[in-house]
Amino acid sequence: MITGYFLRQGLNRWIIASLVVILAIGILVPAANLLLPAGHPLHVPSYIVALFGKYLCYALLALSLDLVWGYVGILSLGHGAFFALGGYAMGMYLMRQIGTRGVYGDPTLPDFMVFLNWKELPWFWSGFDQFWFAAIMVMLAPGLLAFVFGWFAFRSRVTGVYLSIITQAMTYALMLAFFRNDMGFGGNNGLTDFKDILGYSIQSDQTRAALFLSSAVALALGVLLVGALGASRYGKLMVAVRDAEDRTRFLGYRPEFVKLFAFTASAVMAGIAGALYVPQVGIINPGEFAPANSIEIVIWTAVGGRGTIIGPIIGAILVNAGKSAFTGLFPEYWLFALGALFIAVTLFLPKGIVGTAMHGWDALQRLRAARRHEEGRHDGPAASQPEAAE
Amino acid sequence: MSETALALAEPDEPDVMTGAEVAASGKPAGHREDTILYLDGVSVSFDGFKAINNLSFLLREGEMRAVIGPNGAGKTTMMDIITGKTRPDEGEVFFNGNVDLTRHDEPAIATMGIGRKFQKPTVFEGHTVDDNLALALSGVRSIFASLAHRRTIEEERRIVEILETTRLSHLRHTSAASLSHGQKQWLEIGMLLAQSPKVLLVDEPVAGMTDAETAETARLLRDIARSHSVVVVEHDMGFVRDLGVKVTCLHEGSVLSEGTIDHVSADPKVIEVYLGR
Repeated sequence: MITGYFLRQGLNRWIIASLVVILAIGILVPAANLLLPAGHPLHVPSYIVALFGKYLCYALLALSLDLVWGYVGILSLGHGAFFALGGYAMGMYLMRQIGTRGVYGDPTLPDFMVFLNWKELPWFWSGFDQFWFAAIMVMLAPGLLAFVFGWFAFRSRVTGVYLSIITQAMTYALMLAFFRNDMGFGGNNGLTDFKDILGYSIQSDQTRAALFLSSAVALALGVLLVGALGASRYGKLMVAVRDAEDRTRFLGYRPEFVKLFAFTASAVMAGIAGALYVPQVGIINPGEFAPANSIEIVIWTAVGGRGTIIGPIIGAILVNAGKSAFTGLFPEYWLFALGALFIAVTLFLPKGIVGTAMHGWDALQRLRAARRHEEGRHDGPAASQPEAAE
Repeated sequence: MSETALALAEPDEPDVMTGAEVAASGKPAGHREDTILYLDGVSVSFDGFKAINNLSFLLREGEMRAVIGPNGAGKTTMMDIITGKTRPDEGEVFFNGNVDLTRHDEPAIATMGIGRKFQKPTVFEGHTVDDNLALALSGVRSIFASLAHRRTIEEERRIVEILETTRLSHLRHTSAASLSHGQKQWLEIGMLLAQSPKVLLVDEPVAGMTDAETAETARLLRDIARSHSVVVVEHDMGFVRDLGVKVTCLHEGSVLSEGTIDHVSADPKVIEVYLGR
């Protein structure tokens, strides 16, 4: 509310600041890994680069959820599906790059197909030997699924908890489908044993550095996109649909299209996050479709602060760093800790970390303004006319 | 339009018709072409309950009408039918004399020029008063146009004008969430004006308002009625008297009585409905 107003005023400043930070991390972390000798105090070990590269993908995924949940109020419990689909599209490209280096040495068929006694490549695997084709599919597959799903769900005016449940069912159905060997996506084991990406070894530090930088750039572009959407009239319309859908309808808008656009754009973002994630972790399997994964995304976003741009990014990184540390110490109890965290945030920080901080900052500003007013020191009209730029 | 309605419609019917006439014929008088809203023989039932029963109602261009009636009389359902939220089981609903509203959905009807204020004030609480009005302004409605839209000087001028009409100028940059109940009602009326509608349907605008706010709302609506057709649904008899317009009393989904406030409130059927239960 007032936070939203403040956010809009300070939007460009916040976005520029986060872009600078994200890109600086994207350049400095790999540089500290590649350029500094192993003994140097600022040297970043390779496993940290891989770990943080993963977090950057999660951050982009959380940001994509924020676009639909924070701005339009659609609580998607199936965003993991779009992430996994993007991941599978990239995984299929990486599988085709293995060539004769697989266990069975077949030049076109991936190992699992040889194992299943398949004689030729299924039609939906053709084209994936080309990177450009895979890159298009990374966006098209999740985007198309979201569009078709959203078309039916939003036009039938399915909202609230019912929509959340069917998104959850969607990701669960996809998980069951991808577990089947007959689907042609490697079944239970998924896609793994990748060798090259664009001709470079996927294991080398240089490739990992490039993937890290790519993830940071993708995240920065995501921030830019969500920021630009949020600041446009469409962005205001998204929030309007969230706050009073019926009102927008009786003003002559079609809220189902507002939702459909955001949902599809968000799915494409999630797909890109998945595509960058897969080469960095080296595997994609149907477990990524698990409903629990989608729920975790919601928790990251809630912890950071939905409806803000940097909130979900901070939430994704903090929760996952916490997860890495926690699972090292008490591996059995992580899910309990996650559940407790979600309850605590819902009860004590309903706006999330960033939302609460901004609210506090806003209150502080008003307090200062009131104090100045009492002391009779006026800052002139400029301070109270912030929206002249509109 | 049905043949019978044509046959019953008298040419050059004067503006005022007594409630008895309407009740007797069960059909609206006058040409459909002369009306801005025309409902004839409309019925709708929900799970066997007849919410609207053979309702006939017509509104002339530029007219302001008050609709009263006890709870469950079908006032809100009538608005649902006009705005496309509810499809009638039978009957005719026309806008501007020739547009069949039963063939269109809510956004299409809203864009044609029918604005609706809800019973509960419904504004965008996440936005400032200014943004609420900007979103309501007629014009940009498609997603792709709204992505690139920049506010024009004309839009700015209209926002300033509406802020003055609704007396919300000093609250322009305030979040809608922090407005008082009455201010939210006025903002919503302002949003209707921003749509540049031909007809405004206003559902219980003064419910929960103080006396001063009620008087202010009556002034605002009379102001609006000078350039728009308005239907006001209200329980508050003092307010309806204040508006000084023709009154339609609904009961069990059809018109019970119609005429001046004095005529309607003296009608024995109306008295029975209001006091007899």
